[in-house]
Amino acid sequence: MILRTPAERRELLDRTKTVFMVGASPNHVRPSYFVYRYLLSHGFAVYGVNPNAASIDGDPCYSSLAACAQAHGVPDVVDVFRRTEEVVAVARDAIAIGAKAIWFQYGVINEEAIRIADEAGLFVVYDRCMKVEHARFHGGLTMTGMNSGVISSRRRP
Amino acid sequence: MSADREFGFSTRALHAGTPPDPITGARATPIVMSASYVFESTEHAANLYSLRTYGNIYTRISNPTVSAFEEKMASLEGGLGAVATSSGHAAQLVAVLSIAQSGDHIVSSANLYGGSVTQFSVAFKRLGIDVTLVAGGDPDGMRAAIRPNTKALYVETIGNPQGTIADIAGLATVAHAAGVPLIVDNTFASPYLCRPIEHGGDIIVHSATKFICGHGTVMAGVVVESGKFTWGAKHPLLSTPSPGYHGMLFTETFGEYAFLMRARAEVLRDFGPCLSPFDAFLLIQGLETLAVRMERETSSAATIAAHLEKHEGVAWVRYPGSASNPQHELVRKYLPRGAGSIFTFGLGGGRAAAVAFIESLQLWSHLANVGDAKSLVIHPASTTHAQLSEDEMERAGVTPDMVRVSVGLEDVDDLIWDLDRALAAASKVAGAAAR
Repeated sequence: MILRTPAERRELLDRTKTVFMVGASPNHVRPSYFVYRYLLSHGFAVYGVNPNAASIDGDPCYSSLAACAQAHGVPDVVDVFRRTEEVVAVARDAIAIGAKAIWFQYGVINEEAIRIADEAGLFVVYDRCMKVEHARFHGGLTMTGMNSGVISSRRRP
Repeated sequence: MSADREFGFSTRALHAGTPPDPITGARATPIVMSASYVFESTEHAANLYSLRTYGNIYTRISNPTVSAFEEKMASLEGGLGAVATSSGHAAQLVAVLSIAQSGDHIVSSANLYGGSVTQFSVAFKRLGIDVTLVAGGDPDGMRAAIRPNTKALYVETIGNPQGTIADIAGLATVAHAAGVPLIVDNTFASPYLCRPIEHGGDIIVHSATKFICGHGTVMAGVVVESGKFTWGAKHPLLSTPSPGYHGMLFTETFGEYAFLMRARAEVLRDFGPCLSPFDAFLLIQGLETLAVRMERETSSAATIAAHLEKHEGVAWVRYPGSASNPQHELVRKYLPRGAGSIFTFGLGGGRAAAVAFIESLQLWSHLANVGDAKSLVIHPASTTHAQLSEDEMERAGVTPDMVRVSVGLEDVDDLIWDLDRALAAASKVAGAAAR
């Protein structure tokens, strides 16, 4: 199921505990590191998947989604920081480990990868950032003067 | 859980950016008068300083009350986000310095507030940023002034004081073909009358002192960005490594948020023109009533303009909403809800009559501002545009007999009563001068 509305993305984030991040970088100025560090500091269990990195800030980084799943079980979300042309293989790997959802970051729009993940029953988000979407619903965007799109007279828990 | 719905303008004016306070439940937005914010831990501090998480460090960079105002403005303009500043001039500074530096060039319409002409042609020039002012500000004229080092096009939605309407869509096409953004000063229209982003504008600036505040109390500005412009090699301030953040590339790390993040984390941080939280609170209050104020003021302005057009003591009226305006089609396209509450007219007796007119008013306030709830009047040639050379004044359309009005919320009959009295006094001066 492709998640297209803010409410659907929020529900996915609310039920997510474990994230495998494909393309997580140990380089402190890379976007994937920003998101990795942000999600960790907001209570998610995040594990890096990157064959070119042994560890990120001292935490182990895995060479494949399969290796990561062997160590940490089934993830709620596979978050994808890879070039668009390489993500069909990532989608197949995510399906193989039983991931519940796959999230393609900004600019990663591969119709085949989206289709096969959707058909395999995964929730799919694409061309969105997990950090920005989490911040949209938990006050981070509001704190930075960004338009969260949230209109509500309920108190945020 | 909130349902997905596209809420209307007035609903967003009341609710966007200002949900109940999560800590106290306060329904009004709390004024957070605090210079600094306690870190949760050293790691939290490190994440904040390196922009890896959202949060407040120091009010020069961000503040909860100011952010609430910023989000409300971003929502009303249909933008991605906003950065508030200490004045409208500061908003222009932040917008330009976020994408241009010494050696760069801006193309601007010459139909600008006199203070902006001076900021561009004197102050920016001293910083090494060259601005070409194009008479008329039409798309073809602006295109002809573009150079290889041009970083943006700049225009006012409704030019001050002549009321020239910018062809925003036409200018956006010219700007985008040159790989640069269109900056639109939307002060005179406010997002209620015109939302330039819907027509292709990329960066919106305001003097929030005017209609956004709405009560003539606060000095403030704001920069809103659409998030739709693709920043690349043409704008190296965003797309090359930032020495202030260990070589981070704003475009790579923040994607569509690159401009807004740099405007805040480098320009606002390093130049310091931040907005006071107390002022942000007043601006939030102002925005809650923006729609009803704009409707009433625009309607009263149309009534008064029609009255003056028939008045024998008035030589000419330049009201953008008038049927005789040669830019009528642009008004219909960009200002369908009305042409605003600011317009100019000339008195038959020239400069002397204009002065006598202003001196004879009882209800209208003679001062340099617009967009107050109270009605305002000024003689631009001797005040707002007095810094300009004669040539610049001519290019900005400022004549010696010109009077500019900003129509407020008083009973329109009372405003007309006062104008008629002052026009009678002015005609005596004009008559004496003629003899």
